[in-house]
Amino acid sequence: MLHIINKSPLTNGALDSCLRVAQSGDILLIEDAVVAATTGNVCAAKLQEAMGRCKVYVLQPDLDARGFGDRLLEGVSSVDYGGFVELTASNKNCQSWL
Amino acid sequence: MSEVKKFMFVNRKAPYGTIYALESLEVVLITAAFDQDVSLVFLDDGVYQLKKGQQTKGIETKNFSPAYRALDGYDIEKLYVEKESMEARGLSEEDLLVDVTVLSRAEMGELMDQQDVVLSF
Amino acid sequence: MANIEVDGKSYETDEEGYLINLADWNADVANYIAGTENINMTEQHWEVINFLREYFEEYQIAPAVRVLTKAIGKKLGAEKGTSEYLYGLFPYGPGKQACKIAGLPKPTGCV
Repeated sequence: MLHIINKSPLTNGALDSCLRVAQSGDILLIEDAVVAATTGNVCAAKLQEAMGRCKVYVLQPDLDARGFGDRLLEGVSSVDYGGFVELTASNKNCQSWL
Repeated sequence: MSEVKKFMFVNRKAPYGTIYALESLEVVLITAAFDQDVSLVFLDDGVYQLKKGQQTKGIETKNFSPAYRALDGYDIEKLYVEKESMEARGLSEEDLLVDVTVLSRAEMGELMDQQDVVLSF
Repeated sequence: MANIEVDGKSYETDEEGYLINLADWNADVANYIAGTENINMTEQHWEVINFLREYFEEYQIAPAVRVLTKAIGKKLGAEKGTSEYLYGLFPYGPGKQACKIAGLPKPTGCV
């Protein structure tokens, strides 16, 4: 399953909830959620912990737009829009967390 | 007739503060007409939607919580609440206005994985 | 917004003729709305209208036709729990037309 998060984990609980219930599958961070996967962010540790169970992706254009193109957390894969589409196509189902 | 799909509605917002809970309920009632396999999940603040004893007169808003008790008549019988979400809010099953199945976080994750369509509210 | 006039009293309705205020409803208003729908209210019509009022009182929603049909069958007898019977009473749909006469909002998902 693909989980899509688009809110900063510092202002919204979607990522926390997703990490709590997701046992496997892919997590894609887009829009404001990309900050979760940047070095020095307070959420980095829990994201790294989740990477033992899930594969974490970040949408590179959103990261670039926010000036974090060079601060991607190790172990997180970056995708472009085409990669986003591939992720939605390769997973059986997906959930866009609100 | 096309095959039956598994639809899951994930409710994560408290009622009244935003329109999400009511919108979700309306979509669920409409979906019921299509004879699909529908599950409702109450996660995080979504658990508050099922709290007994809601009195909305003072905020001049329609109390839509009685409608959750009508879901059974719509053949929507799969209602799930995540244990940690419920407990973090000081609630137990006795505080809820309908019968639900309480799931651990892992069971909830597995159930989500099994769906064909997951809609978030 | 529109208005209907019953016994010299005015009641607010929406543009489709559904009462705006649930509390405005009474038997005279029901008979009036039925008249505008070309329905002559019989005991059988009232059974359904009263059932709808009770259902709404309990659940705060107007039931979908399928749900209404099933529930009517349970409450009033299987021979009445069929869409033939209910459409016989309310030709434009038990949801749409009966709810209007019962002073309830249009059922959710009713097109």
